[in-house]
Amino acid sequence: MQVDNVMTVWPWYIAGPLIGSFVPLLLLAGNRMFGISSNLRHTCAAALPTRAEFFRYDWRRAGGWNLAFAVGILLGGVLVGLTASPPSTMQLAPAARESMASVGVTDFSGLVPRELFNWTALTTLPGIVMLVGGGLLIGFGTAYAGGCTSGHAISGLADLQLPSLVATLGFFAGGLLGTWVVLPMLLGG
Amino acid sequence: MTQVSPTSVPVAAMTFPATSTNARRVAGLLVYVTLGTLFGIVLTKAQVVSWFRIQEMFRFQSFHMFGVIGTAVLTAALSLQLIRRLGIRSFDGTPISVPPKTMGTGTRYWLGGSLFGLGWALVGACPGPLLAVLGSGVSVFLVPILSALAGTWLYGVLRPRLPH
Repeated sequence: MQVDNVMTVWPWYIAGPLIGSFVPLLLLAGNRMFGISSNLRHTCAAALPTRAEFFRYDWRRAGGWNLAFAVGILLGGVLVGLTASPPSTMQLAPAARESMASVGVTDFSGLVPRELFNWTALTTLPGIVMLVGGGLLIGFGTAYAGGCTSGHAISGLADLQLPSLVATLGFFAGGLLGTWVVLPMLLGG
Repeated sequence: MTQVSPTSVPVAAMTFPATSTNARRVAGLLVYVTLGTLFGIVLTKAQVVSWFRIQEMFRFQSFHMFGVIGTAVLTAALSLQLIRRLGIRSFDGTPISVPPKTMGTGTRYWLGGSLFGLGWALVGACPGPLLAVLGSGVSVFLVPILSALAGTWLYGVLRPRLPH
């Protein structure tokens, strides 16, 4: 552990303004409102056979640009993955390391905890709840709320939309419940 | 899809203009692929896509995520003000407009928001980061992506029966 290869993290004051600038960039590029979760709806509309009204619209016209943007996000991840140096460790707050150790997470190499997120984890109850249950909640919740972190917490808040503030408070309420109640119950902390 | 028999449209009229509009469409989409790629790089480099960072945030153990989201909102808000005050148009010449969201009873926002937040804490990624993590080489993230699609599909089916 002493020769830890520490992963460099872009500081918040660089990353935040860069992320926020995608709102004006997309508006300038084609009057598009920054938001990612609509892609789940577009993909359902494009790929899943359904009679539900929610998926009956011209997804190419409404969501073509957004699906292209999503493909880009995937590519961005690929590029970073390819250029990353061999297994390096996350630089975390000491308190964070401690509380993660209390739920059994001790391997801090890589962006996500290997102990929790791997294919064999799918044979365990916590693994199923986190990966399958968590995914279902993300898809259901963002569709219900009409947006996710990008559409509500960034675009909506920046445009001073009250519904987005309510949604963002909801994101946090759910996140706190997950972190302080559900995860410790699942992982025993 | 309306049923148009292929013979009812002259072949030349169908394919020739279609190719040029298709080329323009692909070029247009490439702009968004490029922007998405840059976005994915920022997300991954700032580790906003990391379960660890999301845990730090929800445990209030680090300022990082709050700083990222806070300055992102600030930057976006200032740009929107600027665009409005200066009456800036998008590249295609259309005036920039942001459609307002309707509150209704607000149920969809607090309830849907909380359900998503719970999922966000469990997986440690929201929809964009799910893709970036998969791309960076964590293949098992295919599972939350597919279940997120299933979740959205489920919402679409149940939607008429849910309070909004």
